[in-house]
Amino acid sequence: MPLCPGTPTPAHSTVTETHVITTTGLTKVYRSRGREVTALDGVDLHVREGEVYGVIGQSGAGKSSLIRCVNLLERPTSGTVTVAGQDLTALAGRGPRAGKELRQARSRIGMVFQHFNLLSSRTVQDNVELPLEILGKSGKERSRKALELLDLVGLADKAGAYPAQLSGGQKQRVGIARALAGDPKVLLSDEATSALDPETTRSILALLRDLNRQLGLTVLLITHEMDVVKSVCDSAALMENGRIVESGTVSELLATPGSELAAALFPLDGEASGEDRTVVDVTFQGESATQPVISQLARTYNIDISILGAAIDTVGGLQVGRMRIELPGRYEDNVVPIGFLREQGLQIDVLGHESVLVKEGAK
Amino acid sequence: MTWSEMQPLLEQACWDTLYMVGWSTLIAVVGGLPLGILLVLTDRGGLLQNLVANKVIGQVVNIARSLPFIILMVALMTFTRWITGTTIGVEAAIVPLAVGAIPFFARLVETAVREVDHGLVEAVQAMGGNTWTVVRKVLVPESLPSLISSTTTTVVALIGYSAMAGTVGAGGLGDIAIRYGYQRFETGLMWITVAILAVVISLIQFAGDYAARSLHRRGAHAGPAPKLRLLKAAS
Repeated sequence: MPLCPGTPTPAHSTVTETHVITTTGLTKVYRSRGREVTALDGVDLHVREGEVYGVIGQSGAGKSSLIRCVNLLERPTSGTVTVAGQDLTALAGRGPRAGKELRQARSRIGMVFQHFNLLSSRTVQDNVELPLEILGKSGKERSRKALELLDLVGLADKAGAYPAQLSGGQKQRVGIARALAGDPKVLLSDEATSALDPETTRSILALLRDLNRQLGLTVLLITHEMDVVKSVCDSAALMENGRIVESGTVSELLATPGSELAAALFPLDGEASGEDRTVVDVTFQGESATQPVISQLARTYNIDISILGAAIDTVGGLQVGRMRIELPGRYEDNVVPIGFLREQGLQIDVLGHESVLVKEGAK
Repeated sequence: MTWSEMQPLLEQACWDTLYMVGWSTLIAVVGGLPLGILLVLTDRGGLLQNLVANKVIGQVVNIARSLPFIILMVALMTFTRWITGTTIGVEAAIVPLAVGAIPFFARLVETAVREVDHGLVEAVQAMGGNTWTVVRKVLVPESLPSLISSTTTTVVALIGYSAMAGTVGAGGLGDIAIRYGYQRFETGLMWITVAILAVVISLIQFAGDYAARSLHRRGAHAGPAPKLRLLKAAS
């Protein structure tokens, strides 16, 4: 296992502090035959310009409703949605039909779908041209743009093929090219890789990452796969029962003691070997990952340290290491060495002492 | 009856049938297509959800479909006179044929359009398309193979109905079979008419299936292409 991480890739190269998608108090209640189901229960989401933001949750957590409320395919019951400075909920108008202004706003938001949703009666190129037809572009302009986009997603040679002749990964590339046709600032991805095998998933995620970097495209994706968040997201939010229970940039999350998302992004195993032992999870990020803290700790305090588990991985472009170590003696006996580790700028979680940690994390 | 006697009769009958069925199919498609699409759009969860309109259209279609054609023809006589100025002849037969076929075709259109994946509708909405865009770019093109099959079924049904058009003096193959073959015991002529009808219907079915299949193969999305039904009798 490489303990010396390579050069970390710049994580936030395109991210600015401007919020490009904001939802406030977003609520969605479905009513059917007198029963009410609350899919979204006061969701506040802030997606910064140029970042890849992942919303993760189990099925039924409300993530699908959330992403469909962002371009108002679902009309929220209450709350507001602002995309690129425009309050979409104010444009919505009455009734189930979308007014002209909302439709124009939608054409500037790209969307890719789990099941691709390509028209089987049209060729690949014609599928990519569809949004341009809706925008009323001329034939020449449409085909120029479509071919350019197909080239961008690596499918220039498939322009004349029909979707039925493509593999799942290729179909999703067409879906992405189509979503980009209107030069959107924002791309919504509704489980775009959930119907794909792991290898294809990786290539599609890499493509999304590249587009995010090259075009400064903001991507809001929903998924139920932790690996998706791990490999492409700058920020993430965890949804449960229609609420966002945790959110932040990946490094913030990893630095949050007791974060469920951080633990899920980076699972560690290992049980304490006895009663009078203290188990500590140490998280390294960036600079601190290179320091020989464990040997320093052993030398300074003359204690024996057992390593129960350790891993180094790249999460959202950040090199992160995590280690679960065991110190002899109870927590009370190890306050000083743990303090030492904290001083080194490491994030320390002591197992079984979450209440203490949450208090400390809060300040 | 000799062949030289039969030939002009049969020729005229073929043309009459073709003329009646051709026009009434055209009218049925022009009228039934929007009606069928409206049935889908106005239904619960549809883009133009309007349950009252949906119920009304649905009921009208059901009533029109439940009337036996021969009754419909008589019931529509006033309307037919108002449109064509007469209640007898080929032109007069086209009116009840078309009126009878519109709801028939509309139901088939409804079924075909309902099969279109809702995800495609959503994709077009997400691009900023309106309801008309959805109809034009998604619902019709994506259900085209089924729509062609539905048209074939309608043509075959219309050939069957047109046999009854003889009662208003419109002629056609079915009329010949009844008047000469059945009522005057010209068994030979009857069998020739039946043979011609069988061939015509087979050809129409074959052409329709071929068109639907070739479109389907190109799109080849889900499920097998509709099977060839070479000898589907007129209903």
